[in-house]
Amino acid sequence: MALSIEDIKKVAHLARIEVSDSDAVATLTKLTGILGLIEQMQAVDTTGIVPMSHSQELSQRLRDDVVTKTNLRDEFQKNAPALGNGSKEQAVAGGLYLVPKVIE
Amino acid sequence: MINSSLKQLGAMLQAKKISSVELTQSFLTRISQYNPSINAYISLDEAKTLAQAKVADARIAAGDAAPLTGIPIAQKDIFCAKDWRTTCGSKMLANFIAPYDAHIISQFDAVGAVNLGKTNMDEFAMGSSNETSYFGGVKNPWSFDRVPGGSSGGSAAAVAARLCAAATGTDTGGSIRQPASLCGLTGLKPTYGVVSRFGMIAFASSLDQAGPMAKSAEDCALMMNVMAGFDARDSTSLNREKEDYTKDLNKPLAGLKVGLPKEFFAEGLDASVAKVIETAIAEYQKLGAEIVEISLPNTGLSIPVYYVLAPAEASSNLSRYDGVRYGHRAAEYTDLMDMYNKSRAEGFGAEVKRRILIGTYVLSAGYYDAYYLKAQQIRRLIAQDFVEAFKKCDVIMGPAAPSTAFKAGEKVDDPVAMYLQDIYTISTNLAGLPGMSVPAGFAQSDDGKALPVGLQIIGNYFDEARMLNVAHQYQQDTDWHVQTPNLDQLPGLNQPEGNA
Repeated sequence: MALSIEDIKKVAHLARIEVSDSDAVATLTKLTGILGLIEQMQAVDTTGIVPMSHSQELSQRLRDDVVTKTNLRDEFQKNAPALGNGSKEQAVAGGLYLVPKVIE
Repeated sequence: MINSSLKQLGAMLQAKKISSVELTQSFLTRISQYNPSINAYISLDEAKTLAQAKVADARIAAGDAAPLTGIPIAQKDIFCAKDWRTTCGSKMLANFIAPYDAHIISQFDAVGAVNLGKTNMDEFAMGSSNETSYFGGVKNPWSFDRVPGGSSGGSAAAVAARLCAAATGTDTGGSIRQPASLCGLTGLKPTYGVVSRFGMIAFASSLDQAGPMAKSAEDCALMMNVMAGFDARDSTSLNREKEDYTKDLNKPLAGLKVGLPKEFFAEGLDASVAKVIETAIAEYQKLGAEIVEISLPNTGLSIPVYYVLAPAEASSNLSRYDGVRYGHRAAEYTDLMDMYNKSRAEGFGAEVKRRILIGTYVLSAGYYDAYYLKAQQIRRLIAQDFVEAFKKCDVIMGPAAPSTAFKAGEKVDDPVAMYLQDIYTISTNLAGLPGMSVPAGFAQSDDGKALPVGLQIIGNYFDEARMLNVAHQYQQDTDWHVQTPNLDQLPGLNQPEGNA
């Protein structure tokens, strides 16, 4: 199935990556090539084959319901980015992270 | 000293013929001389490195040394190391200071090894040439106009140029073995689940595996003794008894059954590489190995399957980089959606974006069965090929990469050509099997350069000790692994002052 510019823009939106019109054209060419490679799979009959997600076929390990992690919030917040839009302040306040207002 | 094995260095340190501070300083001096040209390291921190060396010296003085105590190791910049900048080769994490240690970093720390610095790599480990790094390409120490391979290109170049005693790498589709092949060193990707992924920045979680990159199989075995082991913080870490990977090194190879997959010697393999591999196989016959013809019929499908599964997992793993809590945030944005879109567009490089888009596409509504599920089904066929093959042989051998090191820029605009670099390595990641690359000789390039060729050894699950034995016996018999590039004769080297 051939990809279109609209497909690129839709996927870029789903992936939350801004793509300019000129980038979309270049991306279309590259992704078409990669999808062409991937298409080789369609020639294989896989009827009845159980999909393999993991080589060791592990089941999820369970552990006791006890606290195992220490609170590293202050440590983690040192890596907060600058707020942006003219402010070089870190995007944190009162132990929370600052983002643009999403509720009117 | 720069060419000494880990065992020799350990003996020198413990006999106090040299201190860890002196050894570390000599590598740091070499790095300051050659790294500006080679670009193998992204981050260096002499003060932190030397402080660790001092601690190691105190430990040695107290008679409490482990085999790697005081030895300077280069760490791929995919591993979080507390208070070290950890970038994963990306602008997205260019200012990220890791708040904790990856499991393997703690393991090296616990035995008193010294963290020499963080090595360059393809961005988020996506690449086979180190050219997708935000911090610039890495030069192959054997020929500065060529790539070192990737994604662990910085680690490979650092070992080859003797800018560290040994290094770590990670391998999702060949990222340890292909650069080891292109730079003439020994690299091992263990069985999936043997080395903890905790604190290793995720690319494709069902395939990612860390391993050693070093000067010899014996060095790799000593590194594995530190890196391998159960860790509850990685949900796919395997709870196995601790193993001594050096235990089988000296076993003779008589009677070893070596499987040669015909698909690894078919069209696409450079003739000069094929010749080196054939000579290595003949050497194994002299050592008593028996050759068995085998077939891995689905090898050709491993690349299409990988380029569905790895991008699908990557698109999910990399969704965490949203400019909110850490990593790059765009300087200007209008609302939350615009902040996400711009931060990710600016923070990721072209190849990473391509893979996120491919992954998002194959997982999007209506395509899941045709791509993701289909790929997982073929993944099982590929794994079953190996199950059948290992009924006939003990180890599988073939080339690690289809060619020697290619020129920088040669494949950078053609993702599909770049992806084919991993044709012989990807299937073992899909099956979860261990694989190695071992220096097997040199092939002449068109412009008359002798470039390293790696022999790949693939083992059955948990057969790392046997593979290391198979490689070690070859290295007792040949001297390919001790060859070193002559850095001072290479054009493009920034000559140190007073030495022009």
